[in-house]
Amino acid sequence: MTPASASAIWRPNADALEGFRTAQRLAYQCAETIGAELHEGMTEREVARRMRTFLRDHGADDCFHEPFAWFGDRTAFKGFVGFKHLGGFNPAFYPTGRRLQADMPYILDCAPTVKGYTADIGYCGVLGENRVLDRLMDDLREYRALILEKVRARDTLAEVSRAVDRLCARHGYEPRHKAYPFEVLAHRVETLSDDGRAHPSLARFGVRNITELLRGVLKGRDEGWSPLWSSGARSEHAPTPGLWAVEPHLGFRGVGAKFEELLVVTEDDAYWLDDDVPHVRRWIERGLWPQAEIVRAAA
Amino acid sequence: MSEIRYVQSGDVRLAVREWGDATRPTVLLVHGYPDSSQVWDATAALLAHDFHVVAYDVRGAGRSTVPTAVADYDLDLLVADTAAVADAVSPDRPVHLVGHDWGSIQSWETVCTERMRGRLASYTSISGPGLDHAGHWIRRRLKSASTTHKRELAAQALHSWYIGMFHLPSVPAAWKLGLDRLWPTLLAQIEGVRAEANPTQRQDGVAGINLYRANVRERVLRPRERRTDLPVQLIVPRRDHFVMPELLDDLSQWAPRLWRVDVDAGHWLPVSHPQLVAERVAAFVRFVETGTETPALQRARVRGARRAHSGKLVVVTGAGSGIGRETVLAYAEAGADTVCVDLDRTAAERTAELAGLLDTHSIAYAVDVGDAKAMEKLAAEIERTLGAPDVIVNNAGIGMSGPVLETTTADWERILRVNLWGVIHGSRLFAKQMVAAGKRGHIVNVSSGLAFFPTRITPAYNTTKAAVQMLSECLRAELAGQGIGVSAVYPGVVNTNIVSTAAMLGGSDGEAAKKRARAERLYQLRNLKPEAVARAIVDAVEKNRAEVRVGAEVHAIRWLSRLAPGIGRRLARLDA
Repeated sequence: MTPASASAIWRPNADALEGFRTAQRLAYQCAETIGAELHEGMTEREVARRMRTFLRDHGADDCFHEPFAWFGDRTAFKGFVGFKHLGGFNPAFYPTGRRLQADMPYILDCAPTVKGYTADIGYCGVLGENRVLDRLMDDLREYRALILEKVRARDTLAEVSRAVDRLCARHGYEPRHKAYPFEVLAHRVETLSDDGRAHPSLARFGVRNITELLRGVLKGRDEGWSPLWSSGARSEHAPTPGLWAVEPHLGFRGVGAKFEELLVVTEDDAYWLDDDVPHVRRWIERGLWPQAEIVRAAA
Repeated sequence: MSEIRYVQSGDVRLAVREWGDATRPTVLLVHGYPDSSQVWDATAALLAHDFHVVAYDVRGAGRSTVPTAVADYDLDLLVADTAAVADAVSPDRPVHLVGHDWGSIQSWETVCTERMRGRLASYTSISGPGLDHAGHWIRRRLKSASTTHKRELAAQALHSWYIGMFHLPSVPAAWKLGLDRLWPTLLAQIEGVRAEANPTQRQDGVAGINLYRANVRERVLRPRERRTDLPVQLIVPRRDHFVMPELLDDLSQWAPRLWRVDVDAGHWLPVSHPQLVAERVAAFVRFVETGTETPALQRARVRGARRAHSGKLVVVTGAGSGIGRETVLAYAEAGADTVCVDLDRTAAERTAELAGLLDTHSIAYAVDVGDAKAMEKLAAEIERTLGAPDVIVNNAGIGMSGPVLETTTADWERILRVNLWGVIHGSRLFAKQMVAAGKRGHIVNVSSGLAFFPTRITPAYNTTKAAVQMLSECLRAELAGQGIGVSAVYPGVVNTNIVSTAAMLGGSDGEAAKKRARAERLYQLRNLKPEAVARAIVDAVEKNRAEVRVGAEVHAIRWLSRLAPGIGRRLARLDA
């Protein structure tokens, strides 16, 4: 598949979607497995390394980026507002030697490529209890619903992103995804060739995936769209068909929470690639998920 | 005063007095040193309206037996005394214990010991920490490298001079040489307390020293782990010369069901503030008996470790967004409880919820600050349920842009109502409460950098903010004598919703939208955060600053208005 342009009709191919779903499930399986193994004293680097090993052992042959792990106030990138630094490239997301302690929130973020299909997920939790994190994770539900609703209504991607900013303001949260490179709320992922070989990363980013992304940037610049979805002018266009890794990241007083998963955008509709993801299961458990959605998720 | 009855505890006969209806819940009062149960007279009379009140003379004091050996004052015997009195006056129901000074120290032992399990319903402690708890408090600070800890330790050592002195052999002689007669005068001079002369003062002073000699050294040097799951209320006088409030900071680890109220008063609270003690004890006893927790008690509940502003109450208007919300959160993060006032109920409730996540008590009210009646009602309700606030932040404000000639009377009334009347109401009503409660509170009025800077773009707004400046300065002069601080805060271009919600007067809708978009862009580019203003507000209160400018642009226009007002007037002519 070539990077979709705003003009080309893009229809999700069932096989491709299944490939992406498999990659996303592996990514979540990795986060949940390693998340369950976490204990006090582990460092972010150690956990990131474990995730990488898990993914390699389970069939990942490339990645969008190598796994990241953030502990404590690093989940909110506290104290560092990466708005304009280094052209939006904020090295704060690289894992550090920070050690996990009791009641500390954590975020695990990984983006494996399996047989040419790439996922990018975010998973949060806490070793013990953290009321702020619980509240942030509960509130993320509204963001997932809002983003889908706005994309379905064919609002421009910048408008959707600004609606997310406004919801953050109303909730009293900081939109911490603004600390990601180029302040993105989401970025595209493309299909890669499946050559059965392992592929290299550069500075912890998968070379092939980033190349595809850059190709999209160049192509989009001519055609008036961007594979980097933010509140800025470059995203002032209708939702472009394809797969988007959407990652709203909320911060409140040194605690951050995010989800990240793939959104399928078609020419005139949109849907989440998979509703069977940990954060949705959590909302169902906590009675926050509307009944109709539970029935649909079960179907 | 009631009849004295005697209760036997081992070899000792204890003098016990009772007030009120014996079928009601029993409140048992334990006095301190060098007092007798007489110290409770005023409090007991007030509590007797609702409860069965009992006070007794601790061994060695008043009309109780005076044992001579130091060993006869061991904590275990003191606990046995309390148990004997409780069994005599309320054999079937657990009692509510209240202790002051040494009475509080020995009652900590009573509530932490197994033998009293099931015999106690609650405990109110005034000015007397558990000796084992104090021992752990000291150990923790001796081991700690923190300078705050070292400072606290040194300060408490200075407050505890008398305990060391009590171990000197010649001290009891002082009571015999006339200290007993001097004592009421000393109390009046040093503590400002007018106490009735105590007929047994000399004996109370002499014998009570044994309480310290028998127990302090052993327990403080070799503290044991003493815990209780009983509901415990601390009434903490902030100006106590003998016990520092900080000594109670680690208590929640020993008594997890803990309530705490700090009072602006000295050590002899039962004598100086019997009304307050009676009210607090009554509310706590009622809560334990019925489960109804008053708003004041909800606020007093200790949640986690103590922080810089724990126990304070801060009222913030315009708390639903921007500077107001951030101010609530900044205070909540420092441990203060908050009242969030906003026209938008949902927004105010959201702020209160966020403050709750930071382990504080916060409530929301939907009130129009410009409505005099509504503000009076709000102030009265806060005073009734939570008491006078420590800080009021009058932050609510609206924006307005457009020439004076296009601003109608209705427009003027609207902006004056919120930006000026709102501040007047908030300042007046809560300042009155602070004065009445003798509280050294603080008033913060949020003005604007534009108070110093004429422009033809926002004349109505600037006018209201300049009025707030003058109001604050005058009020500061007026309240200085009462120890109440007033600060005016002048924020610059802060990125909040003030522009998106501002009225744009004159010109077409299209022009207004363009102006708004331009202004919003400017605010976003400057990107001065409301958090920065919130931090400045907290700092202004701590240091009682008169004028607080936030943002380089405000410093610049402030100096321009002073040094080169002519240039300012020129700039004022520029149109947006």
